[in-house]
Amino acid sequence: MKILKKRYAMVIDTRSCIGCGDCVVACKTENKVPEGLCRDWVVQEISGTFPNLEMEHRSERCNHCENPPCVSSCPTGASYILDMTNITLVDEDKCTGCKACVASCPYDARFIMPEGYISKCTFCHHRLEEGLLPACVSTCPTICMYFGNLNNPFSKVSRLLRARKWKVLKPEAGTKPMVYYLV
Amino acid sequence: MNANEIVITTNKLNQHIDPQLHIWGWEVPVYLFFGGLAAGILIITALAIIYDKEKELPYSYNKLALFAPIGLTLGMIALFFDLEYKLHVFRFYTTFQVTSPMSWGSWILQLFYPASILVILGTIKKGWPWIYEKIKNIPMMEKIILFSERNLKTIAYISIPIGVSLGIYTGILLSAYVARPFWNSSILGPIFLVSGLSTALALVLILTKDKHEQHFISKVDLGVIITEITLIALFIIGMQTGSAIKIESIGMILGGAFTTKFWIFFVGIGLFTPMVLEILELKGKAVPKMLPASLVLFGGLIFRFIMVSAGQVSTWVNY
Amino acid sequence: MSKMNRRDFIVISSAAVGAAGTALGSANQEASKVVIKKLAKTSPFYVNHDGKKTATFCEMCFWKCAAWVEKDEEGKPWKVTGNEIDHHCYGRLCTRGSGGLGSYLDEDRLKRPMIRVGKRGEQKFKEVSWDEAFSHIAKKLDKIKKEHGPEKVALFNHGTGGVFFKTLLKGYGTQMMTHPSYAQCRGPRDEAFKLTFGESVGSPERTDLAHSKCIVLMGAHIGENLHNSQVQDFGKAIDNRATIITVDPRFSVAASKSKYWLPLRPGTDMALVLAWINVLIEENIYCKSFVKDYCIGFDELTKHVKDKTPEWAYPITNIKPEIIRATAREMAKNAPASLVHPSRHVAWYGDDTQRLRSIAILNALLGNWGEKGGFYMSSKLQVGKYPHPPYPKPKYTWFDLIGDKFPFASTPPSSSIRDLTIEGHFKSWFVCATNLMQSLPDPRQTIKAIEQLDLLVVIDTMPAEITGWADVILPECTYLERYDELRVTAGKKTQVALRSPAFEAKWDTKPAWWIAKNLANKMGLEKFFPWTDIKEYLNYRLKTIGSSIEEMEKIGVKEVENKNPIYFQPGEKKIFKTPSKKVELFSKKLQDYGFDPLPNFTMPDQPEEGYYRLIYGRAPAHTFGKTVNNPILNELMPENVLWMNPQVAKNWGIKNKQRIKLKNQDGILSDNDIEVMVTERIRNDAVYLVHGFGHRAKKLSRAHGAGIDDQKLCTNIKVDPVMGATSFRTNFVTFELLS
Repeated sequence: MKILKKRYAMVIDTRSCIGCGDCVVACKTENKVPEGLCRDWVVQEISGTFPNLEMEHRSERCNHCENPPCVSSCPTGASYILDMTNITLVDEDKCTGCKACVASCPYDARFIMPEGYISKCTFCHHRLEEGLLPACVSTCPTICMYFGNLNNPFSKVSRLLRARKWKVLKPEAGTKPMVYYLV
Repeated sequence: MNANEIVITTNKLNQHIDPQLHIWGWEVPVYLFFGGLAAGILIITALAIIYDKEKELPYSYNKLALFAPIGLTLGMIALFFDLEYKLHVFRFYTTFQVTSPMSWGSWILQLFYPASILVILGTIKKGWPWIYEKIKNIPMMEKIILFSERNLKTIAYISIPIGVSLGIYTGILLSAYVARPFWNSSILGPIFLVSGLSTALALVLILTKDKHEQHFISKVDLGVIITEITLIALFIIGMQTGSAIKIESIGMILGGAFTTKFWIFFVGIGLFTPMVLEILELKGKAVPKMLPASLVLFGGLIFRFIMVSAGQVSTWVNY
Repeated sequence: MSKMNRRDFIVISSAAVGAAGTALGSANQEASKVVIKKLAKTSPFYVNHDGKKTATFCEMCFWKCAAWVEKDEEGKPWKVTGNEIDHHCYGRLCTRGSGGLGSYLDEDRLKRPMIRVGKRGEQKFKEVSWDEAFSHIAKKLDKIKKEHGPEKVALFNHGTGGVFFKTLLKGYGTQMMTHPSYAQCRGPRDEAFKLTFGESVGSPERTDLAHSKCIVLMGAHIGENLHNSQVQDFGKAIDNRATIITVDPRFSVAASKSKYWLPLRPGTDMALVLAWINVLIEENIYCKSFVKDYCIGFDELTKHVKDKTPEWAYPITNIKPEIIRATAREMAKNAPASLVHPSRHVAWYGDDTQRLRSIAILNALLGNWGEKGGFYMSSKLQVGKYPHPPYPKPKYTWFDLIGDKFPFASTPPSSSIRDLTIEGHFKSWFVCATNLMQSLPDPRQTIKAIEQLDLLVVIDTMPAEITGWADVILPECTYLERYDELRVTAGKKTQVALRSPAFEAKWDTKPAWWIAKNLANKMGLEKFFPWTDIKEYLNYRLKTIGSSIEEMEKIGVKEVENKNPIYFQPGEKKIFKTPSKKVELFSKKLQDYGFDPLPNFTMPDQPEEGYYRLIYGRAPAHTFGKTVNNPILNELMPENVLWMNPQVAKNWGIKNKQRIKLKNQDGILSDNDIEVMVTERIRNDAVYLVHGFGHRAKKLSRAHGAGIDDQKLCTNIKVDPVMGATSFRTNFVTFELLS
């Protein structure tokens, strides 16, 4: 069973990310995210003082954690993990808009739709079903985003995580995030 | 190198999430207040019944329980206001999610109503005769009332864990979020329970006309307040000796944005002043009886407001 | 191509990949290319079998990436994505391209033809029918022709559709055609490279970044400008661990990817380049074979840079001599796969052609012309033209008007047309898809020129500032609603791309070809548009490359075999299109016209105390001011901020996020205020903002009043005597604190 389960991971190379925000726009149109809301965003982190500076860009989104507090905090089962994957989704028919999941996310990745239900990044699972990559990954102009199954040792993401130094966001929160950043 | 400039470059402005989480307004603290109050009420009445204190605590024994479902209902109305997708409220009751405190909470609420109503009915003839007159003709009502009167102690025994669960739940609801370090302390459960109990005792003080009951409840309340102060101290110590993120979050009441509100309004006016007043009263000084009780109720409400807003400000996200 | 995309995905899911381990580099990319070719024939991902996608190419910027437009199940506009085989985008659109739908959705768009009824600039218009608009224009143009001659009409153009207005106006009898992207942007570069190598680097630039081992960027902020394939190639260079050297007073995104960031004093780039040349020659590490075989003037150059040592450059540029030497050695070590990027917007200081000459010379010393990792060679692609009768010969052109001024301008500078208009040389302007209020410096001068006109026709999709000054506004539909002229690219690959309409044109908007053709009919110039409709026109042209509209609608991009190799072949005799047939390090041509035959550095004016040089640039979310009102892109970046060094902020007592106004050296105050971003990323003698904001046009509901317009503050303009470029970075600002 374990081998059949997909551990989907997004691996983002901060070294080639230029923070252009294309991922945000591609997501917005692909998923028809309403005006004023976003499922992903870009963070720019600068350290040092002139002229010895370093800068990191990160495209951030729901981490599709393997220990997702949003799912465990949901009182109605609206937040759930897609079968045989680690993709966390929201069933809008079950969602009451209680916002427990919003409060439980250490990444502030969730938001409230105008209709009242909660939404967030889905790893574009509707595209995965068609054999396509998430919209953000497929449009990234510096090709700094990779997506695949960590249970497959030969997948590009597995190989990248073996070959390169990486980090995840807020590992101390204990959520086992599945968006990795190559550094 | 430590980051000294960190910004979101794509203008993330999800309403109520950015730039600072603000998903819960007045509704949730009001709900928590009334939930805690209702829990305290049920516990007090149940204890009075279990220990056969009808004579010593006539109000608590016979009349107080009526305010438990009323209080809870007020709280739930507030909660309903908070739901973003109100049409789906029934979804709470088409499932039970074992890992979700809120799911536990919504089912505890459903146990709370029958328990508190049976307690009310068991004492209604003495406590609220005019209501009894109005409802006695409802079919089955006499039978239910008879059942409640006969099994009053059993019902009281069952009510204790339900009341305690509800009281603790109002705290666990917040403390279960790892994402909000200020809340993330399991001592919040006991604090909210004790605080709820204290507000319920204050309500008794306000409502009862029995001098002996007032005196006794006042004494108990003093003990409860001292317990609450102790638990608050433990909460702060626990956070202050915790991980960096917790130390940072407790800083909000130790010099940070919530310091005045927390120490002056909650601890000063809502805890210490009533404590001192109750001590004075016990020593025989003339203290207006409404004053300490009102302050406790005020303290209980402001505490929940502070906790709910400070918790939302505390975050792992540093941009 | 993507390293991990659908192809990998398919391969992985069928568990066909055996290559484990860490071999992630180029071998992997090569492998995936093979897979693409196989898939391209069968997969609906690449070919539009089901007709659900519409082929187009993007008009959000000048890169013109080929794309697919898709509708959702309900038939509503959904998204725009890149065309996989297109070499402008390799299947990936940029931020603006992905947000292209916003240009169609924008409710602020121009909707119907309008004729001015109020005073000029008063913005009072009445809506008219197309026929009325055409009659009005035809009548005025007829009068101008009769009274003053057709040469009094000029066309400003910066869009794909502009070509049809070129046809129209050439048919009418004028050759006064200009585009602000020449003298206000890349003109100096093109002329400098022509003077040195005999040809310009084109657009998209023929820089082989993907294979470069050392890339030098001088004020080129790749990554903040999203020139798509170039950014992707830059990404590959980063992945390949190329040495990147970025020269910029600002810690740009590119600088953050660089091994060396040289935060030089603004305006001293040429001094640094001369010092680099000095090091290459003094240390004898230049590409000797290339210089020996193909260059002339090396001895003069050696003599010229003898005293331009790193120590000489240090006080000028603030870059330490050892850094200058180290970076020069990096370039030499990696030559010929070593590239000093010629940049794009280079109209900075008024001596720009000479500065770009120094960069061209530096590249020549690296021997990278026609080499892998350097400048690759352009291919040839001829797509047949639809025949039409010859144009009438104008009595004079801009070149006759201007005489000996700007002898190396190959096309009229827009700013020169403007100046000549103020002098009374023009009676009418056609302005097509360029907002002259923001694309020319000092809008006051532009207004002065417009006041001299009898007729200003503006063709655009958005009610930008220039439309407010128009006599007639012709609303063009967006690129998503129209057929257009073909995109013909002769870069690494020779490709032709089709733009076809995905949606019906909204309101009463029309494609440029329709507007030009119908206006031509009204003016009696129909013989220059001898086709019945655009499809016939396009089909004719496409047949000459063995394609058709039907095929192009299915594939979007047609690749034509490229017979010219993109790199010089070993042993091949290189011939350059200069008078000497060699690379001219020493330019006799320049000397003949009284210019420096070898570039000489002069120090630009420095800011007085309390003033800071105003530098500006691009942001990935926007194409200048053109996209600021786009509802999707506006969300990402609704206004610009002012970068300020912490030391400067401290001196002024300005806090991060405080709002201030700017005033320039001539006392010109910005219209709006701007949020300050206190950052270590900029020197303390300059401030920086993103160009294109501070729109004054009220009808741009999102863009209006948001941020500061840098053009208004650019009132001190120096003109490059070589080819007429206008300087923008010769302006200084001080701060006005809000009370």
